[in-house]
Amino acid sequence: MASIVLKDLVKDYGKVEVLHHVAGQFEDGEFIVIVGPSGCGKSTLLRMIAGLETVSGGEIYIGDKMVNKLEPADRDIAMVFQNYALYPHMSVRQNMAYGLKLRKLPKEEINKRVEEAAEILEIKDYLDRKPRQLSGGQRQRVAMGRAIVRDPQVFLFDEPLSNLDAKLRVQMRLEIRKLQRRLGVTSIYVTHDQVEAMTLGDRLMVLNGGYVEQFGTPIELYDRPASVFVAGFIGSPAMNFMKAKINSGKIKLPNGTILNSNTQLSADITLGIRPEHVVADAKGALELEVEMFEQLGANTLVHGKLKDSDEPFVASMPGHVSEEPGTLMKFSIAPEALHMFDAKTGKRLEP
Amino acid sequence: MVENRPILNVVTHLVLILGVAIVALPIWITFVAATHEETRMLQAPLPLLPGGYFFENFTKTFFGSGLSGSESAPVWRMLLNSMFMALMIAIGKIAISLISAFAIVYFKFPFRMGFFWMIFITLMLPVEVRILPTFEVVADLGLLNSYWGLSIPLIASATATFMFRQVFLTIPDEMLESARIDGAKPLQFFWDILIPLSRTNIAALFVILFIYGWNQYLWPLLITTDTDMTTIVMSIKQMLEAAEQSPQWNIIMMTALLAMLPPVFVVVAMQKLFVKGLTETDK
Amino acid sequence: MLKRVHFNSSLLPYLLVAPQIIITLVFFIWPASQAVYQSFLIEDAFGLSTEFVWFENFEYLMGDEIYLDSFVRTLFFSAAVAFISMSFALILAGFADRVVRGATAYRTLLIWPYAVAPVLAGALWVFMFNPTLGIFPYFLGFFGYDWNHYLNGNQAMLLVILAAAWKQVAYNFLFYLAAMQAIPKSIIEAGAIDGARPIRRFWTLIFPLVSPTTFFLLVINAVYAFFDTFGIIHAVTQGGPANSTTILVYKVFNDGFVGLDLGGSAAQSVILMLLVIVMTFIQFRYVENKVEY
Repeated sequence: MASIVLKDLVKDYGKVEVLHHVAGQFEDGEFIVIVGPSGCGKSTLLRMIAGLETVSGGEIYIGDKMVNKLEPADRDIAMVFQNYALYPHMSVRQNMAYGLKLRKLPKEEINKRVEEAAEILEIKDYLDRKPRQLSGGQRQRVAMGRAIVRDPQVFLFDEPLSNLDAKLRVQMRLEIRKLQRRLGVTSIYVTHDQVEAMTLGDRLMVLNGGYVEQFGTPIELYDRPASVFVAGFIGSPAMNFMKAKINSGKIKLPNGTILNSNTQLSADITLGIRPEHVVADAKGALELEVEMFEQLGANTLVHGKLKDSDEPFVASMPGHVSEEPGTLMKFSIAPEALHMFDAKTGKRLEP
Repeated sequence: MVENRPILNVVTHLVLILGVAIVALPIWITFVAATHEETRMLQAPLPLLPGGYFFENFTKTFFGSGLSGSESAPVWRMLLNSMFMALMIAIGKIAISLISAFAIVYFKFPFRMGFFWMIFITLMLPVEVRILPTFEVVADLGLLNSYWGLSIPLIASATATFMFRQVFLTIPDEMLESARIDGAKPLQFFWDILIPLSRTNIAALFVILFIYGWNQYLWPLLITTDTDMTTIVMSIKQMLEAAEQSPQWNIIMMTALLAMLPPVFVVVAMQKLFVKGLTETDK
Repeated sequence: MLKRVHFNSSLLPYLLVAPQIIITLVFFIWPASQAVYQSFLIEDAFGLSTEFVWFENFEYLMGDEIYLDSFVRTLFFSAAVAFISMSFALILAGFADRVVRGATAYRTLLIWPYAVAPVLAGALWVFMFNPTLGIFPYFLGFFGYDWNHYLNGNQAMLLVILAAAWKQVAYNFLFYLAAMQAIPKSIIEAGAIDGARPIRRFWTLIFPLVSPTTFFLLVINAVYAFFDTFGIIHAVTQGGPANSTTILVYKVFNDGFVGLDLGGSAAQSVILMLLVIVMTFIQFRYVENKVEY
């Protein structure tokens, strides 16, 4: 097991730079999730750590060893691929044993490790089947088994759940988390799914356009998003944004509504309000013209527009709510639940 | 079928049976000729139904030295020569095409595309358009009248290389990445992963190439003068020439039957692979 | 073309392509360039001296009536072989496509002539048409038709065409059947609902939809008739009588190995090479455009 350090990592394809000076330190045994929209460079970053992509600039350390020039096989890592990449002509047992065989481990040792891994993953019954005879979830387990038997310093996961159906995805997510806790192996997990990221990661690295937007725990990212991008990416339903002006702590919305903040700032800002942070309140300052309700059972999403404007707004209310479209609903919001970002740079403005 | 038309169905089968009959007619006549005695085969009209001399003709042909009055190797020897040549061509072509396709798809190296185009060019140079100079090369190398001379000049193959290239390109990249993380060296990857994954393609190609090799005619005709190196397909022509003096049609047709048996058997027995091989190599 | 991920290795890839490249160089490219070189030479009758003559061999060929006749004859031969074997195969495939059960059985019974060597095909047909003994001349005799392809050039031509077409039916049938089975059933059903009867459906729906295959087979059959029929000609007629079945490939062989006219034979080889290049080019263009029909 090992920590991982990324120093000033750069990747370019000729003139096009796709990763810009990425840095970070992953502690031993930590579960790191790299998350971002497609094309943000997250898979490239993972593949650089794996040794499947060359490093254009900067350094990667696994443990205290600089691995930039090492072959993937010599980095002591294991990887689970999106399409599992199981060898179709080998049985489950052979698939799991192949890497060990190439490392010339003794036969008994290989058998022992395969049996153990199969035990943990509950795939003992399928050891002699071919991958095509397995269901998607079972293949997923085999792919993980192949990683486990190697007993590597680092697990790398490249969107391993995206080929599964929704229900199985939730179940496998939990299992991966439990397994990682149990084995205590440093893990790096790439996904575009923010729910997966929030539930799995000890810490999340949010990538956007090849830049690290924020690196922190899920709660930090939720409570204090560093930029408009992170704020919009993390949390569901997504945060409401609107252009606003703040003057000595008074926030003026486009429709003239004034909200109080707990700061003394004066600036052009993008104001962010999470749907779940507004509270129905007959004396509230936010007035919403209701257009539609989405009943989710435990709570209700209210879709509408801020009064006298075209600004869309979503509020989440507990329980069942139902009103005629066109009704005016009033909400209040606590000053500390207001997120303020610089209107130009999108960076968070701290109170 | 879209709708039920009993008359059309009957016609369909009649037409197909007629087609099969027309296609099979030459073989039937050959077979019948191989079952009669020599004297019967000299009287017109020739028989249309089999006679009782099949096994006699068979032994005479298989172990005898061809037609009486002409010196040639026994047919079993020719069959053996043909078998060697066909196997060497098929296996050789597959082997060198596999490794060159592997190099071209999985390695990045200077002149890669140059090599690719060089192999491509062989597509445009069938034996028939370069017979004389190729013959000279083989003669200079001292390969006349040898199995090497029969097979090696024919085993360079653009089509087989292209087919394997196509097959390799459809194998997901993750297969290689996974193998690299598992610690496989290039040749281990080739042997442990690529070859098993291309098994059916290799088998399909083998069927096509075996037939191709077995049926070679012009090339063996040029480079073998030694009767011990005669292939069965070549011998037919020699027998036809001899037939002008002493027509032993029963023996000639028995030899023809024996000559077409192995490749026809391969096509019929491995029809699925044959169809796959044919449709994949020719595009 | 190349995998996104690949091995880095200095020597190995060269070793891997070496066998193929060496054989290509020694047995393909070198002889072919020799053929091109020799096509510019004239050798005297005893092989004692050679003279570099530029395009004289080609000029001679262009004015040589025997060669030009052979050229036209080859075109006619190819067209006839392609037409006969393709139309026969098309009809059979059209019917076989209708058969639900037993289609594979018919296929098996129709494809095996592919495995018969051309020279054997020639031997079979020459036996059937043997003027004194053969089955067909015997029956033709009843109608007062005298068959002797050793004397009659047209009959000889007909015989090699039949033998060559017979062998190629299997190949064409296979590709036509595959193409027809690849047509979505819903298209045929839509045609039936629109009221088209089977034969009309065949001509207005199936035939146009397999036209890419028709084009592909035209090229393949042309290449076959040009180059792979040497064995048939050699067994059946040896180019005779009076050159009436001497196609280009046979003439190259004959002038080179029998007539020992090196320069002339080489010049013919070069022309054939150009023809192959054109055909290969057409074939590859077709493969590129094949997807969109």
